Amino acid sequence: MSTDARWSWLRELIRKPFFWGLIAIVALLALNVLKDPNYLALSINPVNGNLVGNVVDILRASAPILMIAVGMSLVIATGGIDLSVGSVMAVSGAVAMVFMKEAGESGSLGAALGAIGLALLVSAVLGAVNGVLVAYVGLQPFISTLIMMLAGRGIAKVITEGQNTSATNDPFRWIANGFVIGLPVVFLLAILIVLVVGFVVRRSALGLMIEAIGINPKASRMAGIKPNGLLLTVYILSAVLAGIAGIMSVGTVMTVDVSRTGYQMELDAILAVVIGGTSLAGGKFSIGGAVVGGLLIATLDKTIVFLGISSSATPAFKAIVIVVLCLLQSERVRSWFVQRRRPPQGRMTPSPAPVKQENQEVTA
Amino acid sequence: MTEALPLIEMRDISIEFPGVKALDGVDFRLFQGEVHALMGENGAGKSTLIKALTGVYKIDGGSIVVAGQERQFHGTSDAQSAGISTVYQEVNLVTNLSIGENVMLGHEVRGAFGVNWRATHKAATEALATLGLEHLDTHKPLSTLSIALQQLVAISRAMAVKAKVLILDEPTSSLDAAEVEGLFRVMRVLRDQGVAILFVSHFLDQIYAISDRLTILRNGRYEGEYLTRELDRHELISKMIGKDLSTLSSLGGNRRAEERDYAAEEPLLSAKGIGRRGSIEPTDLDIHRGEVIGFAGLLGSGRTELARLLYGADRTDEGEITLHGARVDIKSPADGLGKRIAFSTENRRDEGIIGDLTVRENMILAVQAERGWARPIPRKEQDELVEKYITALNVRPADPNRLIKNLSGGNQQKVLLGRWLATTPELLILDEPTRGIDVGAKAEIQEAVAALAEDGVSVVFISSELEEVVRLSERIIVLKDHQKIGEIVNGPTVTAQQVVDVIAAHGVEAAAHSGIIDAEAGLHPSDSRQASVHALAAAKEES
Repeated sequence: MSTDARWSWLRELIRKPFFWGLIAIVALLALNVLKDPNYLALSINPVNGNLVGNVVDILRASAPILMIAVGMSLVIATGGIDLSVGSVMAVSGAVAMVFMKEAGESGSLGAALGAIGLALLVSAVLGAVNGVLVAYVGLQPFISTLIMMLAGRGIAKVITEGQNTSATNDPFRWIANGFVIGLPVVFLLAILIVLVVGFVVRRSALGLMIEAIGINPKASRMAGIKPNGLLLTVYILSAVLAGIAGIMSVGTVMTVDVSRTGYQMELDAILAVVIGGTSLAGGKFSIGGAVVGGLLIATLDKTIVFLGISSSATPAFKAIVIVVLCLLQSERVRSWFVQRRRPPQGRMTPSPAPVKQENQEVTA
Repeated sequence: MTEALPLIEMRDISIEFPGVKALDGVDFRLFQGEVHALMGENGAGKSTLIKALTGVYKIDGGSIVVAGQERQFHGTSDAQSAGISTVYQEVNLVTNLSIGENVMLGHEVRGAFGVNWRATHKAATEALATLGLEHLDTHKPLSTLSIALQQLVAISRAMAVKAKVLILDEPTSSLDAAEVEGLFRVMRVLRDQGVAILFVSHFLDQIYAISDRLTILRNGRYEGEYLTRELDRHELISKMIGKDLSTLSSLGGNRRAEERDYAAEEPLLSAKGIGRRGSIEPTDLDIHRGEVIGFAGLLGSGRTELARLLYGADRTDEGEITLHGARVDIKSPADGLGKRIAFSTENRRDEGIIGDLTVRENMILAVQAERGWARPIPRKEQDELVEKYITALNVRPADPNRLIKNLSGGNQQKVLLGRWLATTPELLILDEPTRGIDVGAKAEIQEAVAALAEDGVSVVFISSELEEVVRLSERIIVLKDHQKIGEIVNGPTVTAQQVVDVIAAHGVEAAAHSGIIDAEAGLHPSDSRQASVHALAAAKEES
């Protein structure tokens, strides 16, 4: 099979599990363009030189999802799950808001940094509780983090005494609403954090060990890997990333609503990870995939609002898109397409290299 | 065997994997009422051929004719409806369902009100009775049975769907001698009923005991089809590996000849009264530098359990271990590794390989675990390490980026051996390193063990094949019923039979005795079979 080298990158891309996620983003944007040809238009705000447009809004909205999706992909890779990320977001937001409200100085950078530091510290503690329950006590991740998911909202309510709490602090607000070189700070920050996490995980042996534990915990232990410390690290990391997501999320409106902030975000995160091609059974993970998944979910959320789909139908619409994606990703479904498309004579069309077991061709 | 029309005829079968020709023009015939052994080294294409026959893989070329009709299998159900049933290496049953439910799963007897359980269990009992298993209570959960009996239940299940062809892929790899004899008895019954049986095993003695005909594959090619009685062992082995056996038989002879004054040197590792409740009684043990020490005993004698304590895979309840004269506390595999001890498990699939990782990743894993995640092994060092052991151990295919699960069993074992050698251990514990792998790979692994000892590495060698233990070890620790019952200093006069005698002398139980005689096989096959039948009867009484 002689193929042009210049197309090989494309075939590489098609083979990536998150390829269909990218296609779905393009399709959703196209749908929006159909409704409003100017949907993709970007303009520059003449006053402050910032980019303005729907795409910028999507990028901004995607930031918290990216944070929790990346954390979730690591947790899922170990064979676990973290259902508490939404609640940790609320706790983190609550801690930050109450701290700044008490501090009271609206322009103080110190108050903002203190709020962020304390919020992330509390998040890390919650993550450590998850990690200890999973790694040392030996509870199932689903149960441990389900407990934390319920307890977290309670903690957030205790912190805010059940009230929606607002505060004013310009440096804190800037994180969620500011712009740097024309782009939203929150998105740049998210990308930066994703890159750092990705770099650390892939350049150290952390990624390899996480995958080993996720694929075969017994064999990993016999190979000398100490799973407990790794699991603890991963759950703490997931919670800290959720804490950052919480700060981004409350920073937009400078209010924490303990029953709405981060509500059901754990599901978005899990979906983002699945769309990115990481198996819920654990093992191999893709941070790039989780980013694509996060961007897709943000796009989907914005599209639903833009198309004016009633809020009661939103979950159904989301479900449809995700079912279609999962079908497209499924090796079996793809093999049907490949077999249909290919003429009986076996003339090669550029298609994903078939996996032997699933989509073997009989070439007589 | 009359030359009637074959029940199954596979002609000129070819299967290609990306980059590899797994099967290249292979012919295979299977007649009614015969046991046909499929022979070949690991990676020769045995499993691939079976998967072609059972519809798991589609063939790229050739044809499959079943009872005179050309068939195309598009999945395992097609093959099953053509009367082909398979019992795999790892038993595919639902352990928490009852025995009867397992036999009849998907074929329950239905009445007016759904499943008629009484009739279903009756049918299950009948299916079991044809294999002489009528004494099993079909209402008991399957998990109460030994692996051997579960396997027989799996066969009953295959027969409950009226299979004409039964494929047994390595059914004997985890059975002891008495259990193997039980299985063979069932196979003979089925053969006499006209069932065609395709049998795969790495134990040559078993091949000669049970098979009527055999087909040999080598490197994905058809080597020939022979009547078993017309082909002697040496011919068979040289056809399988394509070279003669001199490497195998010259091994070890020099090691056991040398005399050593054990009292004079300080042992590398000395264990005093180490034990663990329920798995091994308190045991004393000295291991010297550069020595191969064999653990001999039946499955469940405590040989694996003792080894696991040395590595920290299980924790000791009592006793102490000194290493280089200093007391050490080994609580986990990570501790063991840190003390330069390596342990290669007998349970390759569950405790050895990490299937979805590559050969490279699997090989560097233990070294990496020892260094910690923050100090990744540089790519260049990885390449050197992996290259070194792939070459030294002759891993095939020599592709470090292939997923380890796609390698054959023997090559997986070599990769794991490479993983442990890469940690430069002072003590290497090998638990059944040659189980389920072919003659060629076996010789390679035995050679590697002998070479390691020459280099000053101490090796604990555990194997069910006593001949192998006797050939390689300087001293042999004999275990029985969870305790050490003796120690033999190996010498030119020591034979497997003497080890058997030590075990037999310690409490006189026919069951244990017969098991070990069969392990050294070949010497007195008929005697051991006699004994095994008694053992089987005894085992039945117990259950």
